[in-house]
Amino acid sequence: MTRTITSIALAALFAAFALPITIVGGADLPDGVRVGDLAPEFRLKNVDGSIVALSQTFANQKGAIVVFTCNHCPYSVKYEDRIIELHDTFGPQGYPVVAINPNDPIVQPEDSFEGMVERAKEKGFKFPYVFDESQKTALSYGARRTPHVFVLSKQKKGFVVEYIGAIDDNPNDQAAVSATYVANAVRALIAGQKVEPTFTKAIGCTIKWKKS
Amino acid sequence: MAPGMLSASILVILLASGVVRAAVTPVTIQELKQRYQQGGDTVYVVNFWATWCRPCVKELPHFDSLQRAHQAMRPVRVLLVSVDDPKDREKVAKFLAARSYAPQSYIVSDGNPSKWIDAVDTTWSGAIPATLFVRNNGKHRRFVEEEFSYQHLEQTFLRFCKDTQ
Repeated sequence: MTRTITSIALAALFAAFALPITIVGGADLPDGVRVGDLAPEFRLKNVDGSIVALSQTFANQKGAIVVFTCNHCPYSVKYEDRIIELHDTFGPQGYPVVAINPNDPIVQPEDSFEGMVERAKEKGFKFPYVFDESQKTALSYGARRTPHVFVLSKQKKGFVVEYIGAIDDNPNDQAAVSATYVANAVRALIAGQKVEPTFTKAIGCTIKWKKS
Repeated sequence: MAPGMLSASILVILLASGVVRAAVTPVTIQELKQRYQQGGDTVYVVNFWATWCRPCVKELPHFDSLQRAHQAMRPVRVLLVSVDDPKDREKVAKFLAARSYAPQSYIVSDGNPSKWIDAVDTTWSGAIPATLFVRNNGKHRRFVEEEFSYQHLEQTFLRFCKDTQ
């Protein structure tokens, strides 16, 4: 019953965004999910042409590391190698990375699907890099910047949000990082311990929302 | 030649020769807050930007124009606050020197942004560009996490001035 109401509410939310309104900035955006909420389902096209769906693609995993990122943002680029490392470390332990590009290529041409295919090939991404063309996934999660990470764990009721925020505390210099937030969160989940902190912030690029 | 023009010419020559660099003062968020929380009825327009952020760089001239267009009519102070890596201060200074913007420029010297983003505004996700309008010692504030056209910036500014008189 609750889930039905949630679905209706989400459907209403999406319907609202389907109307020809202009999303102008942060204050007008929905809040998205909080830690402890069920992670919204998504079905998005991967760079290899396949469809990646949270509930199906990751059905046999313990969780997932959802990273909203893109091709053009210098902060996303700074973090690319660290995103690859996260997947290499935690993918085999049941927490693979899925990278989602939410940017409108009309606003930011470098973030086109073709650009994604090229980038994934260049960097040798072993994880899905999917295109949130409608931007509904970014809106449902409440992603506001790139990179913006949501760590999920799989439970009986579905995927649950365990951590929201930054990859670590130093985008400029990986050697000077003192808190590896995402890695710590995933390690805590694997060990059955409490995730702490569950929410952090970071400087990043705004998501390039559709102009109309 | 008028003395003003003469000194302006000298400044242009000095800037072009690289003798004078636009000042970029390192600042902690606490220091920045103290500044506008003791600002009385001056309207502070605090723009957070970085040299690597293209939408930020695109809108910087609008903040320069806002300061120039309105400073004679009302107490207004635009502050350009770079969130570049504190180690890139020289790069930021060079970038600004090439553009001769009127507003005062700062670079955030604090470490981990997760510790200071909320101190600016709790609704800030950390995405840039972002701009804080603040007045009356911090009693009135409006935070905007988006890119401005000049028209939209001026409208937002004038509305804020009117609402906080």
